[in-house]
Amino acid sequence: MPYGPHTAEARERMLRTIGVPDVEALFADIPGELRASALRLPGPVPELELAARLEALAARNRTDLASFLGAGVYRHWTPPAVDQLLLRGEWYTAYTPYQPEVSQGTLQSIYEYESLLAELTGLDVVSASHYDGAAATAEAALMACRQTRRERVLVSRGVHRHYRETLATYFGGGGLLAEEIPLVVGGPDAGTTDLVALERRLADGDRPVAAVVAAQPNVLGLLEPMAEIGRLAHTAGALFVAVVEPVSLAVLAPPGSYGADIAAGEGQPLGIAPQYGGPYLGILATSDALVRQIPGRLVGMTTDLDGRRAFVMTMRAREQDIRRDRAASNICTNQALLALAASIYLATIGPHGLRDVAAGGAARATALETALSAAGAPRLHPGPYLNEFAIRVPDAPDVHRRLLDRGILAGVPLADLEPDDADLEDGLLVCATEVTTEAEIERFAAALRIELAAARSRETAAVR
Amino acid sequence: MSVTGERLQPTLFERSRPGRGGGKIPHPPADALDRIPAAARRTRPPALPELNEPDVVRHYVNLSQLNYAVDTGFYPLGSCTMKFNPKLNEWAARLPGFANLHPLVPDALAQGTLDLLWSLEGSLAEIGGMDAVTLQPAAGAQGELTGILMIRAYHRARGDTDRSEVLVPDSSHGTNPATASMAGFRTVTIPSAADGGVDLDAFRAALGPRTAAVMITNPSTLGLFERRIGELLREVHAVGALAYMDGANLNAILGRFKPGEAGFDVMHFNVHKTFSTPHGGGGPGAGPVGVRATLAPFLPGPRVLREADGTFRLERPGERPTSIGRLRSFVGNTGVLVRAWTYIAAHGASGLREVSDDAVLAANYLKARLAGAYDIPYDRPCKHEFVASAATIRRETGVRTLDIAKRLIDHGFHPPTIYFPLITEEGMLIEPTETESIETLDAFAEALIEIAAEAYKAPELVTGAPHTAPVRRLDEATAARQPNLRWRPMAGAETPCPD
Repeated sequence: MPYGPHTAEARERMLRTIGVPDVEALFADIPGELRASALRLPGPVPELELAARLEALAARNRTDLASFLGAGVYRHWTPPAVDQLLLRGEWYTAYTPYQPEVSQGTLQSIYEYESLLAELTGLDVVSASHYDGAAATAEAALMACRQTRRERVLVSRGVHRHYRETLATYFGGGGLLAEEIPLVVGGPDAGTTDLVALERRLADGDRPVAAVVAAQPNVLGLLEPMAEIGRLAHTAGALFVAVVEPVSLAVLAPPGSYGADIAAGEGQPLGIAPQYGGPYLGILATSDALVRQIPGRLVGMTTDLDGRRAFVMTMRAREQDIRRDRAASNICTNQALLALAASIYLATIGPHGLRDVAAGGAARATALETALSAAGAPRLHPGPYLNEFAIRVPDAPDVHRRLLDRGILAGVPLADLEPDDADLEDGLLVCATEVTTEAEIERFAAALRIELAAARSRETAAVR
Repeated sequence: MSVTGERLQPTLFERSRPGRGGGKIPHPPADALDRIPAAARRTRPPALPELNEPDVVRHYVNLSQLNYAVDTGFYPLGSCTMKFNPKLNEWAARLPGFANLHPLVPDALAQGTLDLLWSLEGSLAEIGGMDAVTLQPAAGAQGELTGILMIRAYHRARGDTDRSEVLVPDSSHGTNPATASMAGFRTVTIPSAADGGVDLDAFRAALGPRTAAVMITNPSTLGLFERRIGELLREVHAVGALAYMDGANLNAILGRFKPGEAGFDVMHFNVHKTFSTPHGGGGPGAGPVGVRATLAPFLPGPRVLREADGTFRLERPGERPTSIGRLRSFVGNTGVLVRAWTYIAAHGASGLREVSDDAVLAANYLKARLAGAYDIPYDRPCKHEFVASAATIRRETGVRTLDIAKRLIDHGFHPPTIYFPLITEEGMLIEPTETESIETLDAFAEALIEIAAEAYKAPELVTGAPHTAPVRRLDEATAARQPNLRWRPMAGAETPCPD
């Protein structure tokens, strides 16, 4: 065992103290017929060889292409201070900060995380983190159902499909119902939540609506009329859940300003690497009015016996380790180390830096739109966007594959992301951030121009 | 509010000075946001703190030093314990090929990670004696939800729709009953018998046609192996219910007991506990779930598939309509899974068995060393953790387990988990883990024995502890009654961008 501590002598002394002849005797309580068959696993592999194997595996992933991927996960510049501070062993606790006297570092950092995200979202209360944006959105919907004592939520199809699927899974057990609101097809509002359909669904059905869930920007990168969606929700007595991207909140109106009762989102853009899907950071924020319903851990400021300021986990009666089957949620392990990463990121780049990140992405996206449009792929939707948008490309999945051969990751084919939406099958969802270079944009546009021309000539040949 | 002790730190917000910091990101052109309609824009910039990098670095280095951590000392927190986190694993997860990979790249670009995930699924299936594994759940509790939703889907698929109850022993983790509720079931609590095992009579009385599943933590949260598990599982299956095993304590039985072989239908792995990952004060983790073949159709998607030509791909949307759906975005907490794969490969079959041997040896050794000074409510060989109790000490001196825990801090140790499981009087759940040397275990035992003596000689020394920590005992009542959950924005935040 590579990390084992015992010498033969120590082992012997321990067995003597316990009063057993060997370790085997300590497993005598496992009945014979339940003993495991031999474990068939390769190894052990010495660290030197293991490192080489890991490097070989990592090298089989391709991370060197010009990438225009977004759709919920975004590449950003992360100041090296973030990871270097995160690697400090003092953060690596065995678990939750149950003993506040020796956990003030973690507890204060969580309180600061809650404060930073409260400021970004314009809301009062932020949980100490959830698994990811999708799980946080599902928890937000459950929270709304508990608060309103209603069992039906309406989710805009502008919310990322993974989030909608997660919400449906979380609802799959009980009597809760999740219904989707379509996006507008055609016209100036194409690709945004269909307000007429929303209003109709709020009014019909024999069960009142607990919450309306919409995303800003939505999964197609478009800006939604959040204030109007919130107004419709509130008129029907429903809560309004806004799914937000945290970097965008440096420049976009925060959920608290347009009446959102709950904000959920993915914290990955705040200094967390893409890592093929996680660990990420689920953001969940709400107003003081709903504090008793928020699931997960909360850290508050208080004082110690000497009156010194100190931080402690609080309102724990909502949590599963105390309230068991009546808890606000079953969440226990959260993403505390990622919340710490997000805090260090925000502290390091600061409010002006965050604005530069958001606006820088918008500027690059403008350049991208101009270049791709000139290459023959105009935007699929006319409305305003921040740093991500869909382009119209005939036979998009095929063109996407051909661009890959040219070293370009041309975003996400909407046929993959939204396979059951025929209006989107000619779309590629492309994204730019502050790390996207002009050279990459030029390469993408040039390659796209060539592929579209080739596709046209293939088509002409086929017609003949 | 700037009262701080010698080592306590001002908040980021108090350190902030308008105009400080910046320079990490190029300034975009002034018209970058012109296309954003006024109604969608933020009118007041967020009042985030403004600091220069040295300030930030000092802030977090100083904060980190207010923590007791696995890398600084012995951390015997029972029930939910991360162990030593090999530094190789951190290095591995940060390899650019793993860290920089976007989850929506075409499968051809992700072959290294997909290969690793597929191989990890195989290893976990072997360790658990299961037929199939999903790596998607982000934590143990989410794994539980995954398992229970699959059980629900299984019964529904058979038209067996009247099963509305989940039986949960009172020694279980709180996540078990919370999960059953979340999945729409009613929880039926089963008491423990005097030996710490499930009360079999109560169990039989509760079991019936309404039972959908039984959730059992084995070894239990008392650190005890459920000796009658075979009998128990036969009865569960006889009434048509399924058995769920909470695998949080798997590190006690690696290579000794495979839940699937023994008859469990589904289990979760807390890979961040059994196979290492840094817990930064509560996470992240990952909670893969293993199932017998009967439940495989219901696994969440996407699964990692191996094609005939040896390449790997992710399941496509809608490819397996029996799936319960997805539990989170993308594939899962891949960075955590890289660490788990590395841990398992470093140990191999023989090493994993030694992990359990050493974890169990350490726990039984500590238990033997403490036996004279503390009550040992369940006096039989324990697995990776055990309960000691200060019930006698409390009766004779008034000193409580909480006091003893706080006094341990003065002696240089992180306290064990206290008052858990809830069924033990003045309990301390102590988990030494497999990497602690006999010198460390001895020092800890001697500290606890010394504290027991202090309780008789100088009880106020114990009840007033900790004396050496950065803060003394906290006012938790006020924190809950008048919650202060965020810093209020400072004045002067709306300052021009510094250059």
